[in-house]
Amino acid sequence: MALEPALTTRGMLDTLRELGVTHVVWLPDSESGFLYRALAESPDLHLVPIAREGEAVAIAAGLLAGGKRPVVIVQSTGFYESGDSLRGLAIDCRLPLLLLIGYRGYNPHGPTNDSAARFLEPVLKAWELPTSVLLSDADLHLVQRAYHQARQRPGPVAVLLGREYQA
Amino acid sequence: MMDGNEVLRVLALARTDEVVVTTMSTAREWPRFSRREALDVPLLGCMGKASSLGLGIALARPERRVLVLDGDGSLLMNLGSLATVAGLAPGNFVHFVFENGTYDTTGGQPIPAAGVVDFAGLALEAGYRAAYEFDDLDELQAALPTILGEEGPILVDVKVEPGWSHSPFPRRGTAQALAELSAYFGF
Repeated sequence: MALEPALTTRGMLDTLRELGVTHVVWLPDSESGFLYRALAESPDLHLVPIAREGEAVAIAAGLLAGGKRPVVIVQSTGFYESGDSLRGLAIDCRLPLLLLIGYRGYNPHGPTNDSAARFLEPVLKAWELPTSVLLSDADLHLVQRAYHQARQRPGPVAVLLGREYQA
Repeated sequence: MMDGNEVLRVLALARTDEVVVTTMSTAREWPRFSRREALDVPLLGCMGKASSLGLGIALARPERRVLVLDGDGSLLMNLGSLATVAGLAPGNFVHFVFENGTYDTTGGQPIPAAGVVDFAGLALEAGYRAAYEFDDLDELQAALPTILGEEGPILVDVKVEPGWSHSPFPRRGTAQALAELSAYFGF
């Protein structure tokens, strides 16, 4: 049986570097947990650890105003928590912001009982955020596309991390 | 206790080229005092996140001092940001909290633990480098030049009277202000 292609930290970080990303505003989750050590050791991608996801968009807004290129990485649960920041800053101010959202409970092969997964794409659609789902390094072009789309809109764009990284 | 408008007046006198992030009551009144509008960012649509927005600016432009003019009710909505700020320890970050124990913009209802919660103490225990409290305008004015030159992060709790803000919210909104600040920095 063939192994499924992996989503690797190296693939993601190389993609962010190629895009010129300067800061990763982030609160750990199970989908992106492996990224932490690599980010903490990275001299060119500055890790901005936060206490709660609602801070992320506002910090990113400040970084953008100061000429930096941040991305936000949170889990779906944290995305729900950060709704007012996303609405009031990222959407209303049309911030060119890429959101990488851990898709907790996602099942690519069928329905899921996890409400964090069931509601995620409908909520993103209601909030008019372009969205794609990332499952492996073969999909990393979706991150590049989303990043450029965020700058062209301008406005927030979401890429959902449909599985956990491998170290 | 002080008149919040008088606090803003002495802040505007002491300010040189600092970025100033305002929210709620301070966003309503600061435009009457500021002489550097291009460096002012009113946060109008994202409750409690003035400290986070200011932190992002401070991290992006470490050569530029950032003053956040927060409210007590606003900071309570984002109390974890004290730890976030302390962990990143931006030396150019000065966090003012206008403490009057009420949600002025919604009619003066008391905030939780009004008069009990110790904002300067919270900041110090979170890991801010220094914290100050002032309830006398002359003492605040005398201390400002020193405070604005100190290594941050610093929290300054200014005790102000309830109901000090009466102006409407500014027409210059957050989106315009962020765009103008970005242009000021050359982006």
